[in-house]
Parts: sequence; structure tokens; C-alpha cells
Amino acid sequence: MDTESTYSGYSYYSGRSRGSHRHGERSRDRHKTRNKDSRSEKSVTINTPPAEPLLGDSAVRGEQVQDDNWGETTTAVTGTSEHSLSQEDIVRITKDLEDSVGLDCRRYFTLALAVILGLLVFLTPLAFLVLPHLLWPEKLQSCGTACEGLFISVAFKLLILLLAVWALFFRPPRAGLPRVFVFRALLAVLVLLFVVSYWLFYGVRILDSQDENYQGIVQYAVSLVDALLFIHYLAIVLLELRQLQPCFSVCVTRSTDGEIRHYNLGQLSIQRAALAILEHYYCDFPVNNPALLSASKSRAAKHLAGLKVYNVDGPGNNAAAAGLVHSQSRAMIAAAARRRDTSHNELYYEEAEHERRVRKRKARLVVAVEEAFTHIKRMQEEEQKKAPGDVMDPREAAQAIFPSMARALQKYLRTTKQQHCHSMESIQQHLAFCITNNMTPKAFLESYLTPGPTLQYSRDHWRARQWTLISEASVTSGLKDGSIFLLKCVDFSLVVTTKKIPYIQMSEEYIDPKSHKFVLRLQSETSV
Amino acid sequence: MSFVPGQPLTAVVQRIQIQKLRQGENLILGFSIGGGIDQDPGQNPFSDDKTDKGIYVTRITPGGPADAAGLRMGDKLMQVNGWDMTMVTHDQARKRLTKKNEDVVRLLVTRKSLEEAVKQSMGSFPRQ
Repeated sequence: MDTESTYSGYSYYSGRSRGSHRHGERSRDRHKTRNKDSRSEKSVTINTPPAEPLLGDSAVRGEQVQDDNWGETTTAVTGTSEHSLSQEDIVRITKDLEDSVGLDCRRYFTLALAVILGLLVFLTPLAFLVLPHLLWPEKLQSCGTACEGLFISVAFKLLILLLAVWALFFRPPRAGLPRVFVFRALLAVLVLLFVVSYWLFYGVRILDSQDENYQGIVQYAVSLVDALLFIHYLAIVLLELRQLQPCFSVCVTRSTDGEIRHYNLGQLSIQRAALAILEHYYCDFPVNNPALLSASKSRAAKHLAGLKVYNVDGPGNNAAAAGLVHSQSRAMIAAAARRRDTSHNELYYEEAEHERRVRKRKARLVVAVEEAFTHIKRMQEEEQKKAPGDVMDPREAAQAIFPSMARALQKYLRTTKQQHCHSMESIQQHLAFCITNNMTPKAFLESYLTPGPTLQYSRDHWRARQWTLISEASVTSGLKDGSIFLLKCVDFSLVVTTKKIPYIQMSEEYIDPKSHKFVLRLQSETSV
Repeated sequence: MSFVPGQPLTAVVQRIQIQKLRQGENLILGFSIGGGIDQDPGQNPFSDDKTDKGIYVTRITPGGPADAAGLRMGDKLMQVNGWDMTMVTHDQARKRLTKKNEDVVRLLVTRKSLEEAVKQSMGSFPRQ
């Protein structure tokens, strides 16, 4: 068995050390004399807990110690392949469908509310102006010059308000957030209260008493429109301006391969900060390529597969189950640390070999592409005399030169594990695009040599449909120094930590420009 | 008087003993020094080798104690009371010369005329 052969060369050594770690002492010089390579730093001191259980446990543990599923639970965990659906994936997809339906309802609801509020806001001043004419036209004083001047002012202010509201609020929604947008809700409530209070005043003091002073009514309507413009100013400051000044530095780490980026954000709520981060993610982070992680997964599997723990005492040791499992895992850690592990050596040589292979393939690819590009050239206007059969549009030209470089490109993509990112169709399209825009072969190749941001690749393959925000603090609360939250999608998650940009205390020092004087370094002479 | 860095320096030196003169509350010697390892050696008018950063006598007060003891302008100080003067800063040299508890300074100085005098004397009396 694998484990036996690993231990055979060190049987005395391991026996000694097993004894030593039961007593909790370390024999350092012993290790040094036994082996030449510096294994002494691998010596592990473990104090196993005593085998007798604590008094309270025996009452709790009534179950069998011998776990019948030991065959399943002690083998190594391998990652499921990317294209298979496990049970939890199916559950997740159905949950997603339900959620998306709920989200749409909410969006239409808020849209309807917003439209109603907007109509109310716009029609109110007009109503204020028109209602006296409808209800008591004969009692109303005629509108003088100043009053008509105010009509123009109302009209233009309403127009400005309309344009401003269109600019600020009538934009296509970027995202659906989990909770309501607090500032918008507050503003809507404020506007509603405001308009309702104006209507109340109007209803009581003007409609009921049928006021004849039309100029006063027009001025009242003008004051309403002015106040609405000021509320719009407040909306701009709260929604747009407040978060512009950078206040926090967030560090975004992708959980699968550790890509890290740092961004500066202003004072935002957690959900808005998450939205900003996701938009940056699509533009900045290189695409998530799960094929690159298969090597480390297989290494992890090998680490676990080498050791198995057998409980030779049998099922009689009922009460010591908790302590036993604990000591088992500790023993595994100790054994793994002590085992002669050459996997680092393999890793080093494997990586060197892989790099060499990649470079060789890249060289072949570059040569093939450059040669392919020399086969076509742009037709000049004067060369109309060529037969129409020879003249090609970009797509045909791309198809003509593609076969000569296809093999080299395919091999390179396979070596760098990118072959599922690019389909043949997309490669040909890109080639046609490069030919049309007079790009050099190097420009054509750049998009295949380095993984680009996620947005570059075709939509359905890589873009996550739904992100989940996981946070201990409430998602509508603001970002604070040290707040941590997760953005989870199906394949990976982004871990976000925030740090506050420190308060900077600056002082000034004035240096007189005339004080910049210099002397030659002469021999100084001292009298003694 | 050229020196090779790292090699011991050999020079013909003259021993000069100067008695300090009390003027008010100061003890003066009556000459001025220049040079030092923190100074610019290219400005030294008295040195042969313009990389020599030693301490040189730049001025002698006529009638002062140094003049009476036989110190000349252009002399290079090699030792002061046993302390080395070939590798000191200007300020260290000044301090060694102006110690308040010492009445007398014993200098070892070297100058070009000494070397020539020795050569001449050796040349005129060839070894038998």
C-alpha cells in the first residue's frame, strides 16, 4: 500500500516520533542526524487529548462510532466537471426562476409608482392655475401684466423641471438590487408629502373660500414649482454627488484564482457599492477560467489520497467519539507533515515544462499568423482590372487565410487551456474584423495571448445571470471601515473588504525664494 | 609626500613643540590650519598631491608661539600629542589642538624641504 512504503524507510524514526508526540516533546537533533535535508522544521508536536471522555459526553453520544460510510467519506474530494449538473444545481436554477419572476413584479410596481408621482407633480401647478377659471370664473380678477409674466415663468420652470427629471430619473435601470433604494424612497416620500401639503393648503384656503386674487394663486403655483426644483437639486446631491468623493478603498478578491483589484468608492450603501464593484468586475477582471485550476485540484486530491486513518479499536469505544475524531485528524496532519513529500519537486518541473511548451507553441503560432497575413492585401482602387472572382470581402478573405493558421492557433489555445473561450466562428469574425481595420498579425493575436476582461467574450457563455450579495450588516447601511461582504455567483465568489481612506492633516511651510543660497565648499581655515 | 591608499605612509618628520600662550582666557598657538577629510582637497595650495586630505598649516602669526617653535607655512601635521592627523575631519583637528587642559602641544610635521634635505645628506655621504 502506498502509505506502508512511505513509512518503511523511516519506521524507527516514525515510531520514535509517535512516542515523542504522545509525551509532547520534540527531539530536534535526532531529526537532524537522521536525514540530510532540512526536515527538522517539519517536526510537529501534537498533544492529543486524552482518550477518556469528559463526563458529560457519554450521556449525549448514543450513536454508533463505526461510521458505515467510511469508504465514501475518507476518499479525496474531486471537483465535479463543469458541464455536469448536480442535484444542487437543479435546485438552484429553479430558485433563480422563481426569484426573477418576483423581481420583475417589483420593478413594474416601482415603475408604476414613479409614473403616478411624476404625473401628480407635473399636473399640480397646472391644476392650481386652471381650477379657479373652471370653478368661479366670474368672481376672478383679470390677470394683469405681472401675472401674465408669471405664466411664462411657470411654463419655463416646468419645462426645466421636466428636462431635469428626465435626465436624472429616466435612465434605463442598470440593475435590480435586493432592497429598496433608500434615498430614492425618501425623496419620493418627501415629494409626496410636499405636494399633498400644498394641495391641502390650496383646498382649504383657496377652493373653499373661492379667492378672487388670481395673481396670488399664480404666485402660489410659481412657489410650488420653485420648491420642486429645489427638491430636484436635493435629489442630485443625494443620489449623484454624495458618492463621488472617494472615501473608501475596497479590495476585491476572486475566490477561485485570487485575482485582486482595488477600487476607490465614496459613501455608498453596501448594495450600491456592490453594484459599482460588479460593473468594475466585468471591465477589469480577466475572465474566470476554471480549467486553470484543475492542476491544483489534482494536487490536493493526491495529498489526501495518500493517507487513510483506520480505527483499530473497533466500535466498542462509544463514548470517546469526539476525542477520537479529533485525534484522528491531528494524526493525519502530523503524518502528512512528516511524510517525505516530493510533490513540490514535481510541481516545479511540471511548471517549467509547461512554460517551455507554451513558448514553443506561441512561437509557431506567431510565425503561422504572420505568414497567413502576407497572403492577402488590400485591393487598391486602380486595380479594378482584376477579375471579380478574385475580389473578396473581409469575411471571405478571413475564411481564405484561416485554415493556414487554424492548427497552430488551436494547439496554442489547448496548451493554455483557453479552447472553450473561443469558438471557430468567433475567431473568424475577429480575423475579418482585423483585416478590415488594417491590423497587424500581432494585433490580431493579442486577444488570444492574454485573457481579457469578461465582457470581451460572448454573452451567454460567461456572464453570470444572477449575483447574490451576502453580508452580515444590512445591505442598505453604509460602507464602513472594515466591512466585509461577498458577491456570489454560480461558479465563484468575490470577497470584498473595505478600508477607510485616512484623514489627512496637512500643514504648510513657507520657504522664501530668496533663501535659496549656496556657497562653494572651500577650505575652511581655523585659527588655533 | 604622496600616499597610496591602504599602504603605510612613510615621511620624514620634524618634531616641534609649541608652548601655548595665554591670551585672556584662551590658550592660543598662533597658527591657522586648513584641510581635513570633510574638506575639498583640490583647493589646498600647499599640497603636492591634490587628493591629500591632511591638515596643513595655512598661516603663521608672526611672533607667535608657533613661529618661535619653528613651524612654517605649508607644513603638514602628521601627529598632535600622539593623535593622528592624517585622517581626521577639520573639526576634530581643531579640537585636538585646542584642548584646554593641555599647555603644550608636540607636533610631528612634514614638509618637502625635509625630504630633500635628507636626500641630499644621504647622497653626499654614500654608504661604505
